[in-house]
Amino acid sequence: MNIVSLLYRNAFRHKLRTFLTILGMTIAILAFGLLRTVISAWYAGVEASSASRLVTRSSISIIFPLPISYKDKIKEIKGVKIVSYGNWFGGYYIDEKNFFPNFAVEPKSYLELYPEFVLSPEQKAAFIRDRRGFIAGRKLVSRFGWKLGDTVTLKGTIFPGNWDFVLRGIYSGKYDTTDETQFIFNWEYLNETMKKTVPRRADMAGFYMIGLTDANMASDVSVEIDKTFKNSIAETLTETEKAFQLGFVSMTEAIVIAIQLVSFVVIIIIMAVVANTMAMTARERIGEYSVLKTLGFGKWHIAGLIFGESLFITMTGCAIGILLTFPAAKIFSSALSAFFPIFFVSVKTIYMDIISAVIVGIAASIIPTYRSINVRIADGLRKIG
Amino acid sequence: METKKPIVEIKNLFKSYRRGSQIIPVLQDITLDIAEGEFMALMGPSGSGKSTLLNLIAGIDKADSGTIRIGDVDITKLSETELALWRSSNVGFIFQFYNLIPVLTAFENVELPLTLTGLSRKQRKEHVSMALEVVNLSDRMDHYPGQLSGGQQQRVAIARAVVTDPAILVADEPTGDLDRVSAEDILGLMERLVHELGKTIIMVTHDPRAAKKAHIIKHLDKGVLNEYSQSAL
Ligand SMILES: Nc1ncnc2c1ncn2[C@@H]1O[C@H](COP(=O)(O)OP(=O)(O)OP(=O)(O)O)[C@@H](O)[C@H]1O
Ligand SMILES: [Mg+2]
Repeated sequence: MNIVSLLYRNAFRHKLRTFLTILGMTIAILAFGLLRTVISAWYAGVEASSASRLVTRSSISIIFPLPISYKDKIKEIKGVKIVSYGNWFGGYYIDEKNFFPNFAVEPKSYLELYPEFVLSPEQKAAFIRDRRGFIAGRKLVSRFGWKLGDTVTLKGTIFPGNWDFVLRGIYSGKYDTTDETQFIFNWEYLNETMKKTVPRRADMAGFYMIGLTDANMASDVSVEIDKTFKNSIAETLTETEKAFQLGFVSMTEAIVIAIQLVSFVVIIIIMAVVANTMAMTARERIGEYSVLKTLGFGKWHIAGLIFGESLFITMTGCAIGILLTFPAAKIFSSALSAFFPIFFVSVKTIYMDIISAVIVGIAASIIPTYRSINVRIADGLRKIG
Repeated sequence: METKKPIVEIKNLFKSYRRGSQIIPVLQDITLDIAEGEFMALMGPSGSGKSTLLNLIAGIDKADSGTIRIGDVDITKLSETELALWRSSNVGFIFQFYNLIPVLTAFENVELPLTLTGLSRKQRKEHVSMALEVVNLSDRMDHYPGQLSGGQQQRVAIARAVVTDPAILVADEPTGDLDRVSAEDILGLMERLVHELGKTIIMVTHDPRAAKKAHIIKHLDKGVLNEYSQSAL
C-alpha cells in the first residue's frame, strides 16, 4: 500500500461521478482535437505552399488576366529560374456540388516547378504529349473511380461549354500536406478553344508561377517583376506563394478565429466541470485529509492526493479522447474532402490535447488543495461524525 | 515514582478562540504533569475544553502561550512541518468515530502511518501483523471498515495508533459511539496497552465507567483543571 494506491482508489469512490467527469473530458478533448484539425486544414494550403516560389497576378484583382507575353519578360529578370502560368478553370464534374480545384497550366514547366506532385515518367510524358490530357490527384481519382485513359467531361463556368479531357496521369503527394484532389490540364487546350470561340480571351494567363534560383532573392525579384510592368496596360502584383495562399485564408480569418475561440471555450468549460468535481470531492474528504495530517502526512501528500486524482481523471479522458479523434477525423475527412483536401490529426494537435488535459487537471485542483491544506486539523476532524 | 521525570509536562497553558471580534477563552493557565505509563482520564462538561487540551498535547493545535514538554521536546516551539514529523513517531490517535479510511482494508489502514517511515514492505507487514494481533483482529485484516462493527473498527484504529510504537496515546471519547460490551472490550484493550506495553494514555470521556479504568481522573471546568479521586465516582 502506498499513497498512489490510495489516490487510485479515491478516484473510484464515486464511480458514476468519476465516469461522467472522464466522459466529459473525453468529449472535450475530442471536440478540441477536431476543431484544431479543422483550423490546420484551413491553413493546409499555406502550409504546403513554398516561400521560394512566387505568384504574379493582376494588381487589380485575381479575376483579371495578364497577357501571355509577360512570360518572356519575367524570364529575363535576374534570379528567375522557371516561369509557368495557368488559369483557374472553375469547372465542375456532372453536378455543381462535385467541387474540386481545377486549373489549366503549361504542363512541362508546371511539373518542374511543383516536384511535390509525384508522377511516373511515362505518365508525365503522356500528359505533356496530349493536348486534351489531364492529371489528377490520387484522392480525386478514387472519389470518382476514374481510370487512366478515361474521358472526363467538365462543365465550364468561367469558360462555358462541355470540355472533354483524357486522364493521362495520377499523381500522389510528396508530403502529408500536398493536396491530392486537384485536376490539372493543358493550358494550350484552353487557349486554342478560346482563339476559336472568344478571341479576346485568348493568350491570357490568370497567373504566373515563378521558381527562383535562390529563395533569398524572393523580395528583390518580386519588386523587379512589378516594376517591369508598372504603367503597362496590366500592372502586376507579385508575392510569395505562401503570402498568396495566406491572402485567401485571411478572407476567412473571422471564421478561423471563431473556431479557435470555441476550441478554447470547450477547454474552459471542462475545466469548470472538473474543478467542480474536485471541489466536491475535497469537501467530502476534509475529515479524512485531517486524519492523514494527524498521522503526520504533510501538505505535499495532501496536494499529491488531490492533484493526482484530478490528473488521473483528466489524463484518462484525454487518452480516450485522443484515441477517438482519429476515427472521428477520418469520418470528417471523407465527408468534407471537397472543403478540406488535407484533413489529418497532426502531432501538434495531440500535444495540445495533452497540454490542455494537464492544465485542466492542475487548474481544477488548485483551490480544493489550497482549502484542504489550510483547514486546521482540529476543525477538519470536527467535520466527522 | 517521584524521582522520575514526567513524560508530559504542561506549564501555564492558555488557549482561546476568536469568533469575529469576540475572544472566547477556553483554557486558562493549565499546569499538568503526566507520568510515564499513566492512564489518565479527562472529564468535564461539554464545551469545557477537553478536546482542545487533548489536541494541544497531541500537537495538532497551537496554544496561545505556555509550554508543553513531551519527553525532551517542547512541542510549542516546533514548526508545523516539524510537528507533523513529531506526531508521526510520538503520538497515537484514537477518535470517537474511529476515522478509518473507508477505501483501505483494515491491514492497509494500520499500514498507513508506516508508509511515512523508511521501513521495507516486509518490515511493515510484520509491524502491521503484530499490531493487529494485539487488538485480536488478525482474521479481519482484509475487511474494509464498512464490513466491520463499530467495536472492531475502533480496534483497527487502536492498532493504527500503536503500530508506530509511540510512547503516548490520546483518545477523544473512544467509547462514545459504542455499546456497553464493545466499550468494555476497548477499555480492556487500552488497559492492556498501559500494563503490558507501558504506553501513556490520555483519554477524554463522559462515561464514568470508562474513567474508572484510569489511574487518575482530571476534571476540566470553565478552563480550569481539578483532580478527582477514584472514590469520588
Ligand atoms: N474552531 C473553533 N472556533 C471557535 N470556537 C471553538 C473552536 N473549537 C472549539 N471552540 C469552542 O471552544 C470550547 C471548547 O471546545 P472543546 O471541543 O474543546 O470542548 P469539549 O470539552 O471537548 O466538549 P465536548 O465534550 O462537547 O466534546 C467550546 O466552547 C467550543 O465552542
Ligand atoms: Mg470534545
